[in-house]
Amino acid sequence: MMDLKSFTIENVHESLKNKKFTCKELVQEYLQIIKEKNTELNAYLEVYDDVLDQAKKAQEMFENKTATILTGIPFAIKDNILFEGHKASAGSKILENYVATYDSTVVRELKEQGAILIGRTNMDEFAMGSSTQTSAYGVTRNPYDTSRVPGGSSGGSAVAVAGNMALVSLGTETCGSVRQPASFCGLVGLKPTYGAVSRNGIIAMGNSLDQVSPFGKNVSDVEIVFSALSKYDPMDSTSVKERSIPPKSDFKGSQSPTSEKIFKIGVPWHLFENGVDSEVMDNFKESIKKLEDSGCKIVDIKLPYSKYSLEAYYIIMPAEVSTNLSRFDGMRYGFSDKGENLAEVYKKSRGKGFGQEARRRILLGTYVLSHGYYDAYYNKAVNVREKIKEEMVEAFQKVDLIATPTTPTTAFKLGEKLDDPVAMYLCDIFSAPANLAGIPAIALPSGKDKNNLPLSIQFMASHFCENSLFQIGKKFESLKE
Amino acid sequence: MEIKDVENLAELAKIDLTTEEKKQILKDMGGILEYVKTIESVKIEGVDLKYDTYNIWREDEVKSQEFSKDSIIKQFPNKQDNFLKVKKIL
Repeated sequence: MMDLKSFTIENVHESLKNKKFTCKELVQEYLQIIKEKNTELNAYLEVYDDVLDQAKKAQEMFENKTATILTGIPFAIKDNILFEGHKASAGSKILENYVATYDSTVVRELKEQGAILIGRTNMDEFAMGSSTQTSAYGVTRNPYDTSRVPGGSSGGSAVAVAGNMALVSLGTETCGSVRQPASFCGLVGLKPTYGAVSRNGIIAMGNSLDQVSPFGKNVSDVEIVFSALSKYDPMDSTSVKERSIPPKSDFKGSQSPTSEKIFKIGVPWHLFENGVDSEVMDNFKESIKKLEDSGCKIVDIKLPYSKYSLEAYYIIMPAEVSTNLSRFDGMRYGFSDKGENLAEVYKKSRGKGFGQEARRRILLGTYVLSHGYYDAYYNKAVNVREKIKEEMVEAFQKVDLIATPTTPTTAFKLGEKLDDPVAMYLCDIFSAPANLAGIPAIALPSGKDKNNLPLSIQFMASHFCENSLFQIGKKFESLKE
Repeated sequence: MEIKDVENLAELAKIDLTTEEKKQILKDMGGILEYVKTIESVKIEGVDLKYDTYNIWREDEVKSQEFSKDSIIKQFPNKQDNFLKVKKIL
């Protein structure tokens, strides 16, 4: 038996290199755990049938000395990431039999490096949800308490790592879909800068917001995965070529490369005056205190427009959803229902193929984009978004990082909030600013509550300053011990 | 918003809904719109919308693709002689 819990990318890489175990032995260990746990947790929708072939190829890379740090590393991928010749259903009935015809750029990169893709993981339908309960393929359960949700929409990818059914995993974020499940499952989750990681071959939800985002048990694993995937891709027109880091704050110490960086951290206390669980709040204050004691400078900042970020998000995202999901029409692939004429085929296929939340958001998006409401909703939201971006850029002139709790509560019970869409949406209240502004953000485990459920703190940084997030993350990890 | 508004949206979005589903959506939309409506109260002046969008150009060259025609045709729900078959349009 291998102690999978203690595994990191670096120590597994060392073991594979030193022949302590082979790629096949490693992956078989994970497959065994999946066999034991997946029936209950439902993290994976499918374990790929070519896992052992992949392990064989990875082993060859070690033998002929072409192995990289990711060779042989077992990954789980979210069900909306295309892997040629394998199913990708985005958690939806409308794509139940869809087989990817090409590799997404991220999958191609992982394949080239010899990473092992174990399987595809459960998710809220089309990544719409914060609890992995809207999937057409059943709920995923939180390994810390199986009566609770793992968060979402990338709940399956979170549980795969938290349950030691994969070493690391990929999810996607549109608004908190990796940070929130990372928070509920005691993991590190990174939402990269918009345009850092290619979206080519990712089933889109909100194009102006989506980013592929990694999960790991620690900051270092997430950093390694991000570094491998963060590169310009001509196949994604929103991939950013010039990745300049904006001029930094003039805070003393920030510029010194030799000594340890002294971070200046802004805390927008006014954003969480209400609606945050008291245990979450106490834990957040404790974390801030620890950081302050360790030499970080903490300042109170105001982000007046960010207060409206979730409202703006719930206008912009459905608008993008309603246009994006128009491609699923029962014609070329996926679920198709019979009808008397073409219009009926569309309507029936979409009516039966989409679940409740997808239908709700398509109609909401159709509404906010319709003549007469466009200015009041969509245009206003786009303007608010611009203001949020502006205030973030301005804030990062004064501070290196912004800290908030990752989520207002810890993992809630299965079934909770399902009948109340707004209550569910509020799970992502602290996630929205980073997605709207396109800045990177990281969720880090920060302890446990009285029910032994994980708590989490979030840091945001300026565009393409993921390195600052990794630095503060490693520092925070060292403070916990 | 009334039921007929939901029906109109469903028609535009080409989604069949049962009577029950329409009622449920009407109820949900009420709650969601009430929530997002607070955005109307935000006072905004001098927004300079910086659409950082620009055209991405490339040469129009014939390149071999990794995906095959067969893998695409295989997924057609309805086909005839390797063509996608749809209901009569005219």
